[in-house]
Amino acid sequence: MKTPSSRRRNTDDRAFRLGTGFFALLVVLLVAGIFIELYRTSHLSLAKFGFRFWTGRTWDPVSGEFGALPFIWGTLYSSMLAMLISTPIALGIAIFLSELSPRRLRTPLAFLTELLAAVPSIVYGLWGVFVLVPIVRKLQVVTPDWLKKVPLFSGPPLGVGMLSAALILAVMVIPFTSSVAREVLKAVPATQREAAYALGATRWEAIQAALRFGRTGIIGAVILGFGRAVGETMAVTMVIGNNPQISASLYAPQYSMSAVIANEFTEAADNLYLSALIEIGLVLFVITVIVNAISRLLIWSVTREVKAKAPKPATTMALAAPTGGGE
Amino acid sequence: MKLARIFLTVAFSTLIALPAISQTTQINGAGATFPYPIYSKWFSEYGKIHPEVEVNYQSIGSGGGIRQLTAQTVFFGASDGPMNDEQLKGAPGPILHFPTVLGAVVPVYNIPGVDAKLKFNGKVLADVILGKITKWNDAALVALNPGVKLPATDIAVAHRSDGSGTTYIFVDYLSKVSPEFKEKVGVNTSVNWPVGVGGKGNEGVAGLVKQTPGAIGYVELIYALQNKIAFGSVQNADGEFITASLDSVTAAATSASKSMPADFRVSITNAPGKSAYPISSFTWMLFYENPTDKQRAKIMVDFTKWALTDGQKYCAELGYAPLPKEVVALEMEALKKIKL
Amino acid sequence: MNRTRRRKALSGFVVFLCAGSVVLALIPLFFIFGYVISKGFSSLNWDFFTKMPKPVGETGGGMANAMVGTAYLIAIAGGFAVPVGVIAGVYLSEYGKKSFGSLVRFTADVLNGVPSIVIGIFAYGLAVLPVKHFSALAGGLALGFMMVPIITRTTEELLNLVPGSLREGALALGATRARAAFSVMVPAALPGIMTGILVALARIAGETAPLLFTAFNNRYLTTSLLQPISSLPVQIYTYAISPYDDWHRQAWAGALVLVGFVFTFSVLARVVTRRLERMHRT
Repeated sequence: MKTPSSRRRNTDDRAFRLGTGFFALLVVLLVAGIFIELYRTSHLSLAKFGFRFWTGRTWDPVSGEFGALPFIWGTLYSSMLAMLISTPIALGIAIFLSELSPRRLRTPLAFLTELLAAVPSIVYGLWGVFVLVPIVRKLQVVTPDWLKKVPLFSGPPLGVGMLSAALILAVMVIPFTSSVAREVLKAVPATQREAAYALGATRWEAIQAALRFGRTGIIGAVILGFGRAVGETMAVTMVIGNNPQISASLYAPQYSMSAVIANEFTEAADNLYLSALIEIGLVLFVITVIVNAISRLLIWSVTREVKAKAPKPATTMALAAPTGGGE
Repeated sequence: MKLARIFLTVAFSTLIALPAISQTTQINGAGATFPYPIYSKWFSEYGKIHPEVEVNYQSIGSGGGIRQLTAQTVFFGASDGPMNDEQLKGAPGPILHFPTVLGAVVPVYNIPGVDAKLKFNGKVLADVILGKITKWNDAALVALNPGVKLPATDIAVAHRSDGSGTTYIFVDYLSKVSPEFKEKVGVNTSVNWPVGVGGKGNEGVAGLVKQTPGAIGYVELIYALQNKIAFGSVQNADGEFITASLDSVTAAATSASKSMPADFRVSITNAPGKSAYPISSFTWMLFYENPTDKQRAKIMVDFTKWALTDGQKYCAELGYAPLPKEVVALEMEALKKIKL
Repeated sequence: MNRTRRRKALSGFVVFLCAGSVVLALIPLFFIFGYVISKGFSSLNWDFFTKMPKPVGETGGGMANAMVGTAYLIAIAGGFAVPVGVIAGVYLSEYGKKSFGSLVRFTADVLNGVPSIVIGIFAYGLAVLPVKHFSALAGGLALGFMMVPIITRTTEELLNLVPGSLREGALALGATRARAAFSVMVPAALPGIMTGILVALARIAGETAPLLFTAFNNRYLTTSLLQPISSLPVQIYTYAISPYDDWHRQAWAGALVLVGFVFTFSVLARVVTRRLERMHRT
C-alpha cells in the first residue's frame, strides 16, 4: 500500500542510497584518478622512450636520457632480499602466536609485533642511518678478503647499500606478513588440526596440516608483504646509497624507484625529467595494485570459508590498518 | 552529537581565521645548499630588523631552486650553477641573476690515520671521480703527497644525489682541467656519476664523508669547517697548491670582477692568479624581472640591498668571501631592473 | 620407535624455531625503541617544544613549528577523510553486498596498498601545480587520501558487527534508512569507528614522503592553509641527513615525540578493540 508517508520514505531511502553511494564512488574515483593523473603527466616520457624506459640503464638528466632499469632492479632486488629474510621469521611468528604460544603470552606478544608496524618509516630510517649502517659497515670491514672476491660481497665498505636496505625492509615487513598470516591461520577450521591430532600427529605435523589448508592465504600474506616492501620510501632512501647502478653486490650502493622520486622530484629541472620520474611513480602504482589484488584474492579465498563466523574487530584492524602502502 | 558539531564548527573557523590574524609577510624561496648557512643567518638577522618579514628558504639544491622558481611555486630561487640559456628560455618570464657571496668547494676526505692536509691537482681529482684511481695509495696521489703515509684503503666517492650547484662548480672545474672528464661526465647540476654514493645536499655529502672511512667528497668550505672534516689543497692554474680561504677565493674573483658580464653569469673556476683558489664560485639569487607580486618583490629587493651591504659582514665568520665592491655597485644598478 | 622420536624431535625443533623468530623480531623493536628513548629523551626540553629552528650551525632551537604543523595537517586530512570514509563505510554496510560494493571494497584495499609517495605525486598534480605553490592544504589532501580506505573498511566492518536487530527496530518504528543508519547504527558502532580513525591518524602522522613536495617545509610557525608548512617527519628527515650533531640530537627527540604519539594511539586502539570483542562475544 503506497501511502504518502511511505512514498516519501521511499524517496528518502533512495536519496540515502544515492548519497552514501556517491561517497563510496569517491573511493573508486580516487584510485582511477590517481592512475589517470599519473598517466597524463608522464606522457612526455612515455612518448619519447616507450619501452626503452624499462630496459635503459642510463639515468642522465644532463643529456635527457632516462632509463629506469637500475631503479626497477634496486626495488626488486631489495624487496626480494627482504622477503627472503623476513618470510621465515614472519611465518614463525604467525605459527607461534596462533598455534603454539600459551594463552597469556599471546596478547602481549601480538601487541609487540604489531608495534613494529606502528613505527613510522622515518624513525626506521633514522635508526638505519645511525645504528644499522655503522654495524653493516663493520660487517663489511671484517669480511674476509676471499669472500670479498665473490661478486655478492664486493665493493668498498660504505655501510650504505643493498644489504642495509634489505635488512631494514625485512624488519618493516615482518609485522605485516605475520599479522595477515595469523589471520589466515585463525581462519583455518579447527577440524583440520583435530583430524591431524586424531591421527597421531606431532604439533609440527598438525601445523603443517593447517598450513597446507591455508597455503594460498599464506602466499597472499607473503605477496602483501612484498608489496609493502616495494612501496617503502624513506627508510630505503636513507640507507641504500643513492647510486643508479645495477649490481649483484650486497655491499654496493644502489637506488630504488621510490627513493629516486623522493630525492629528485623537487628539482627535476625540466618537464621531460619530471615526466620520467612520474612514469616511475606510475609503474610503482601499477605494480602495487597488481600485487595487492593478487594477494587479496589469495587471502580472501581462504578466509571466505569462514565468513559465517563474524569477523572480529581485530581481524578488521589487522586487515585494514597495517597493510598500508607504506612509504 | 550537537556538542560535537559545535566543537567542529569552532575548530574549523579558527583554522581558517588564523592566517588572517598574523600580520607577517611570508616569502618562500628555495635552492642551493652551498650558501644555506649564510642565507639562513641573513634571513634571521634581517628578520630582527624587519620582524614582519619571514623568509622561508628551503635548501633543496640548486636544481630544485631553478625548478621551483620556473614552476613559480616559490618566489625566488638560489643557485650556484647559473641557469643556462635553455633553462632561461623555459621560464615563464625573464629571470635575473644576482651574486650574493663568494664561496669555495673543497675536496673533503676521511682517511683513518691520515691527519695531514693532502695536495690534489685537477687531473687527479678527475680521475678519482671517474673511478680510475681506486686506492688512496695510488701512485698519482703518493707523488703529490711525498712524506704522507697513504694506506691501501679503497676510495669511496661521495657525491650529490640531488641537483646541485656545488656539483656544478666542481664539475665545471674538473671539465676545465680534464678533457676526459668533460666528455664522460660533463657540466650540469645533476650528472651521471661513474662511481660513488649519493648524499642529499651539502649536508648529506658531509655526513657521508664524516661517517665513511676512505671517503672523498666535495662540499662548500663552511660545511668542512663546521663539521671538522679534513680537506685538501688544490693546485691552481698557475701551479700553486692553494688552500681555500677568504683571501684565495677573493683572489679568484678579481679578474672576473673587472670584466663582469651584464647578467652576472660567470664562472671563476680555475681562475688565473698566483694566489687564486681554483674551485671558487659566485652564488646567485634568482628573481623574476617582472614579478606579479609587487609587495614581495619590494621586500626582496630591499633584502638584497641589505645583504649586499650590511649582510656582507657576516660572511667571514661563516667562511664565505664578501663580494668585490665593483660587483656590488653593478648589482645595485641591476636591481633597478626589477619592475616594482 | 625411532621414527616417532625423530618426528617428536623435529616438532620440538620447529616449536623452538618459531619461538626464536618471535624473539628475533623483537630484537630490532627493543633496539629501535631503546635508541629513540635514550637518544631522544636527553634532548627533550622546554625549548624543543616551544622554539623554532635556529639558523644553520647554531645550536639550540626546537621543533615547535613542526609539531604544530603535523597537528594541523592531520586535522585537515581528518577533516575530509573522516566524513568520506564513514559515509562510504555506511554505504558498504547497508548496500554493499552487490558487485558495486565489492568494487568499492577492492579499490579501498588497493588504495591502502598504494605507496605514499605515489599519492604525493597525485596531490602535487592536483593541488600544487595548478595554484603554483606548496601548501598545507596539498599536504593535508595527500594524507587524507591515505586515511580514506582505512576508515571506510573499519567503519564497514564495525557497522556489520552491530546486530541487525537494531536497524530493524529503528525501521519498524518508522525511521528512514538514513535515520536508522546515522542515528542508531553509527552511534552503536562509534567506539570502534573512533578507533579506526585514531589508527588512521596515527598512521599518517608519521608519513614523510607525500609531504616532501606538497606541504614542502617551513622554518616558521604557520597556520595558513595556502602556505608551505613544517611537519615533524619532514623536519626529522632534514635534520637526520645533515652533518650537524645538534640537529641529529633534535632529530632523535622528534622521533621520540612521534613514536610516543603513535604508540599511545596504538595502545588506545588495542584497548578499545579488546573491549569491543568482549562486548560482542556475549
